[in-house]
Amino acid sequence: MTQATASAPTRVYKDYARPLWRRLLLTREAAIIALLVIVYVVAALSVRNFAAPITITYLLLDVAAILFIALPMTLIIITGEIDLSVASIVGLSSVTLGTLHQAGLPIEAAGTVAILVGIVAGAINGFFITVVGLPSLAVTIGTLALFRGLAVGILGTTAVTDFTEFWTDLAKSKIPGTPVPTVMILFVVLAIVFAVLLHFTPFGRGIYAIGLSSEAARFSGVKVEQTKFILFVLSGAISALAGIYYTLRFGSARGDNATGLELSVIAAVLLGGVSIFGGRGNIAGVIAGVLLIGILGSALRLANVTSDVINIITGALLVASVVSTSVLAWIHRKRIGAGIKKGPPSPAQD
Amino acid sequence: MTRLGHLLKQRETGIALALILVVVFTTAKNPAFLFSSDGWRDLLLTPSILMLVAVGQAIVIITRNVDLSVGSVVGLTAYLTGRVFIDLPGVPWPLVFVIGLVAGGLLGLINGALVAFAKVPALVITLGTLYIYRGINVMWTGSDRINSSDMPREFLALGTQSLLGIPYLTIIALVVLVIAGWYLRTQRAGREFYAIGSDPAAAHLYGLKVTQRVLTAFVVCGALAGLAGVLYAARYGTVNSQAGSGWELDAVGAAVIGGVAIFGGSGTVWGAAIGAYLLLTINRALPVIGVQDFWQRAVVGVLILGAIVLDRVLAVRQSRRLTEARDR
Repeated sequence: MTQATASAPTRVYKDYARPLWRRLLLTREAAIIALLVIVYVVAALSVRNFAAPITITYLLLDVAAILFIALPMTLIIITGEIDLSVASIVGLSSVTLGTLHQAGLPIEAAGTVAILVGIVAGAINGFFITVVGLPSLAVTIGTLALFRGLAVGILGTTAVTDFTEFWTDLAKSKIPGTPVPTVMILFVVLAIVFAVLLHFTPFGRGIYAIGLSSEAARFSGVKVEQTKFILFVLSGAISALAGIYYTLRFGSARGDNATGLELSVIAAVLLGGVSIFGGRGNIAGVIAGVLLIGILGSALRLANVTSDVINIITGALLVASVVSTSVLAWIHRKRIGAGIKKGPPSPAQD
Repeated sequence: MTRLGHLLKQRETGIALALILVVVFTTAKNPAFLFSSDGWRDLLLTPSILMLVAVGQAIVIITRNVDLSVGSVVGLTAYLTGRVFIDLPGVPWPLVFVIGLVAGGLLGLINGALVAFAKVPALVITLGTLYIYRGINVMWTGSDRINSSDMPREFLALGTQSLLGIPYLTIIALVVLVIAGWYLRTQRAGREFYAIGSDPAAAHLYGLKVTQRVLTAFVVCGALAGLAGVLYAARYGTVNSQAGSGWELDAVGAAVIGGVAIFGGSGTVWGAAIGAYLLLTINRALPVIGVQDFWQRAVVGVLILGAIVLDRVLAVRQSRRLTEARDR
């Protein structure tokens, strides 16, 4: 993923000649957020019951796992890598939690072990990618199968369902007086941590630098391997956390929990404006991307549209979002080309 | 280097040896694995369909792309095959092969056109079409499914019967494999796939038709997945809306295990085909040697990791050897 190829679309850098408001408002992220608002308003006006508080509660409960995992995935994709094993780590963490709880451990202890398992899983990915130097796409296809295999191997087709009601209720509970699930507090805290980490620390700037050019980042003193290793460990830990939530929310620990979730996460992250080539994207756009898919799904379900149509729309949105970037870049090039032919050369663009 | 020495150094030989080891070891545990007529047939038959998909996938990966939509293409064409038999009674069965190939090729063309013309990464596009094609399939199929009674007997016989002890499906898969292997090894366009995968920028500067070749690779991959869909219908007799789901990872896994580099430019369809056989044969061998088949995916994961680590070690050794040769 790190190599930028000739077939890659020209990266469009922010043009600092433009006024601040245009730089803030005419971005992909702003477009996704605008689309999110439009879809929400249209759905609230036209779909019966969509504006009801209960809809918002279920919507957020449903997308919470994707929201969690999307945070570290954003950082990983910005470095130009990818982690396909996240959903399998969710399954592994779910099985760990279930088996240990069944063996008599309280949820707190079992959950801690589950997160440790996630950290180890992430470290395994990180080891193969940064120490051995293998492509993350291939490594995480391998660990996708490996972690899922371990999860299914440990529990077989059985499920652990006897969780303490306190915890399963907590996972589904709402903040008193609002329709917002309690789990969102944890998410908001994590989102702020990740946003600060990515946007306001040297570590975060390093992440963008790696994505734009791994070589150049190395020469400017960014610890490329160390950064990537930390990101994969973070991804493992957060995925394990999402696994605990997923298990408690549905009150069931199974080896095949959240199968295929990695594709939803990646689709949402890319829809949120993160470039698959690395180097661009931000947390706000990604959150909007996840919510956009969530709201569309929820509104369509309420309007009695079946889940297959929702899948088609998710896929079409994903394709449209990347194709539109290329088309816009192409128009941009055309315009610059026309400007050169017509008259005075336009100021240097990168 | 002698011919034999050269053969032993091939990446494919290692995978083939691993496959033989698995078969020998399992047969020693339970002779019926190989020596019963069912065992022999299943050994050849089960991986044939995945092999077709893996060959197509290998061609796409060699050009430094990937096609994640193959599982959905298999599902869609498998259902289409059943539908053709139901909606056009009396249709000669060879025609469904043409229909499957063309339909798969068209789905591949959509992928290829988006990748080649819009210049967006294949991973994203085919992730999108994975959803879209599967969604269309589910919408079309609903809770319906194709049963074996919907399809003519000669067609189903193709999926289960053998010629001289070799199942028809295996023969079809082998013919495709030989053609693809020959084309990639000896034909100009085939070699250009490798050139494009090694360095797309250089290939473009050199004047190779990058867009056209990438498009071709996706069409071939889609067409082979379409053929696999037809054979799926013939082999299993029942097709529901989830046929072939998850195959994309098996196909990529088979190619990677078989030594096709995920970043293109090296590997052969032979390797991918043997990789597919190894994957599915291990799946069948595990229960025989007393391992619960729940662990099967874990073994697959270890295999993929092992294969890419091995490739890395070999690459490092080769570059060290070349450096030494240069410095001498």
